[in-house]
Amino acid sequence: MNNMTEIRWHGRGGQGAKTACLLLADAAFTAGKFVQGFPEYGPERMGAPITAYNRISEERCNIHSNIYNPDYVVVVDETLLHGVDVTAGLNPAGAIVVNTPKAPEEIRPLLRGYAGRVCTVDARSISEKTLGRYFPNTPMLAAIVKVSGVLDEAQFVADMQASFEHKFATKPQVVAGNMAALTMTMKEVREG
Amino acid sequence: MIQAKDINFNSAWQEMTPGGEIYEGGTAAQTITGEWRANVPAFLEDKCKQCLLCVPFCPDASIPVVDGKRVDFDFDHCKGCGICYKVCPFGAITFGKEEK
Amino acid sequence: MSIRERLSGNEAVATAMKQIDPDVFAAFPITPSTEIPQYFAQYVADGKVGTEFVTVDSEHSSMSACIGAESAGCRAITATSSAGLAYMYEVLYVAASARQPVTLACVNRALTGPININCDHSDSMGARDAGWIQIYAENNQEAYDNYLQAMRIGEHPEVRLPVMICQDGFITSHGVENILLEETEAVKEFVGEYKPENYLLKKENPMAVGAYDVTQYYMEHKVQQAEAMKNAKQVILDVAADFEAKFGRKYGFFEEYQMEDAEYAIVLIGSTAGTCKVAIDKLRAEGHKVGLVKIRVFRPFPAEELAQALSKCKAVAVLDRSEGFNACGGPLGAETRNACYDLENRPKIINIVYGLGGRDCAVEDAEKIYHHLEKIVATGVTGPVYFHMGQRDLREEVL
Repeated sequence: MNNMTEIRWHGRGGQGAKTACLLLADAAFTAGKFVQGFPEYGPERMGAPITAYNRISEERCNIHSNIYNPDYVVVVDETLLHGVDVTAGLNPAGAIVVNTPKAPEEIRPLLRGYAGRVCTVDARSISEKTLGRYFPNTPMLAAIVKVSGVLDEAQFVADMQASFEHKFATKPQVVAGNMAALTMTMKEVREG
Repeated sequence: MIQAKDINFNSAWQEMTPGGEIYEGGTAAQTITGEWRANVPAFLEDKCKQCLLCVPFCPDASIPVVDGKRVDFDFDHCKGCGICYKVCPFGAITFGKEEK
Repeated sequence: MSIRERLSGNEAVATAMKQIDPDVFAAFPITPSTEIPQYFAQYVADGKVGTEFVTVDSEHSSMSACIGAESAGCRAITATSSAGLAYMYEVLYVAASARQPVTLACVNRALTGPININCDHSDSMGARDAGWIQIYAENNQEAYDNYLQAMRIGEHPEVRLPVMICQDGFITSHGVENILLEETEAVKEFVGEYKPENYLLKKENPMAVGAYDVTQYYMEHKVQQAEAMKNAKQVILDVAADFEAKFGRKYGFFEEYQMEDAEYAIVLIGSTAGTCKVAIDKLRAEGHKVGLVKIRVFRPFPAEELAQALSKCKAVAVLDRSEGFNACGGPLGAETRNACYDLENRPKIINIVYGLGGRDCAVEDAEKIYHHLEKIVATGVTGPVYFHMGQRDLREEVL
C-alpha cells in the first residue's frame, strides 16, 4: 500500500505516548481515513520504554505486525535517545520529531546517522504555559500532524476542538488550554 | 417430547433427550429400587403408636402416610437399609433377610 | 445503514453484547479480555442494557453461573482469556454436554508459563475438544460480526452447543481500527429472541438438567453431541448467508485469498492473515502463485472443504500459533494434514509454529514461507515438516 503512512511512537510508561497514538488514530479517523493505533503491550511498568504505532491510509490496513520501517518517528521523552535506537528502520524520506528544548542540529548527532529531517518541539514548556502542567500528549500529537502532513492542518484543528469539547464535557475549562497547546506547537516545531 | 419412561437401555441416541434432560418431575418413582433389597423390614401395626419417627428417617421416602397415619412399606422403593427398624422406639418394625 | 466507527476489538465485542442485550453476563476479569466486562459493567450502570451482571469469584464460577442461567432459559454470556479459560476447563465440558448455548468471548492469550499476557492461541486450542464451537477473527470487524452470528448458531435446535468467539489478544483486542457497526434494531432483529423449548423456569413443565449417566446412556449422549457439532456446519453457513443478505459482509468456514490458481498456500488462524495478505499482494505482483486460507471456524473443523480448497496446491504451510507438544506439530497442522490425507494428489504440507507469547510476525516472514514452499517443490525435497519460526536459534534456519 503506497498511500499508507506508518508512524512509530517512543515514550515511557505513564507519559501518555499510547494516548497520543490513539488520539492521532482518532483524528485521522475523523478526517475520513482508515487507521490503526496500537501500543506494544506488556506488564505495566511506569517509566519503562514503550512503543506505540499508527498506520494511516486511504484503504483498510490489513497488516497486523509491528512497524519496522516507519515513515515518521515521535520521541515523547528525549532521554530515550541514549538507550533506544529510535531511528531504526526510519524512512530517510520521512522525519523524526523529538520533544526537547534543544535545536534539531543538537539532536541529530544522537540519531545514529539518520539522514532525514529532524524536528524538535519543546512540549514541556508549551504544556506548562498552556495547561499549567506537563502533559506532552497534545503538543506531540500536533507536532506529528505538522511534521508528517498526514492530515489537513485546518481540518485537524477544527476536529480537535470538537473532540476536546466532547472529551472534556465535564471540565470545559481545559478545552482552551489544549487548543492553545495545539496551535502553539504547530507554530513552534523546529526543523533542521 | 420424549418422556423418561420411554428411555431405557435399548434406546438409540435418537430416541433420547438432548444432554440427558428430564422433562418431568418425580421420575425416580419409575425406578423399582425395591429389587435391590437384600434385607427387609416388616410393619407390626398393633405395636405401632403412630409416632411417625420412622417416616422422616427413611432415606427413600418408602413409608407412605395416609390421613396422618403410616401404612405398610412401599416395597417397590424400600431398599432394606433398616434405619426405620433402628429408630422405632416401640419395636413395631422388625428386620430380617429378604425371601424372594 | 452501517455506522462508520473506530474501535478496539474488545470495544467492538462489548458493543455487540450491548446491542444484543443478553439476560445474564457472568464474568471474572483477566487480561486482555478485562475491558469487555469493564465496558459492559458501564452499560449496566448507565441503564443501557437490562442484563443481570453477575460478578463472581473465579472463571469456574462465571461459566457455572452461565450454565445455570442458560438452564433456567436465559441467554448467558461471558468473556475470558488464558488462565481464566483454563480455570473454566471442567465447566466448559459441562456447558457443552448439557447442551447449553453459552456464548464466550475469548481474547486469545498465551497460557502460562512462563507467565505472559500477549497473544497466542494456546488457551482456546487447549479447549478445542471440549465440545464448543470455535470461531476466530482476523480483526475487530470480524470479531464483531462473528459475535452477532454466534447465538443463532449455538441456540439453533439442531445444534444447542456453546460458542467461543475468539480474537487475538492485544493485536486486535486493543488495537484501534476502523469498523462498520450495525444499527441496534437491525442487530436485535438479526439475532432474535432466545426461545428454548424446555428450561428450568418453565413452570408448567418441571425439568431436570445435568443428571448422572450410567454407562448404558453416556455414549448415546456423546453421539448426540458429535451429531450436533456436525449439524453446526450447515447452520453456520445458513447464518452467514443471512448475515450477508442483511449486512453485506460475507463469511464461511474460512476465507480464501488468491486461491483460485494458487500453487503455494498458507493456512492459518487470526490476525496474521492480514499480514499474510500484504505479502501475497507483493508476491503476486512479482508473478508468484501464492494464496491464503484463513480458518474462521475451527470447531466444527471444515475438513472436506479445506481439502478441496488445497487440492490444487503443490505445497502448503500450516501456521500454528500454539504448540501441540506432541513432537510432530500444532493442532491446525494436525487437522490440515488429516483433512488432506484422502486427496488424490495431496500437496506437500509443512507445519510451522510461530507467534507464541506475542512474538511478532511481519510481512517478510510470510514472504519467506512462500519462498520456502517454492523451494520444496523446485527441489523435490520437503525437509523438516514441523519447525518453529521467529525464535532466536543457534541452529541453521529452515526458512
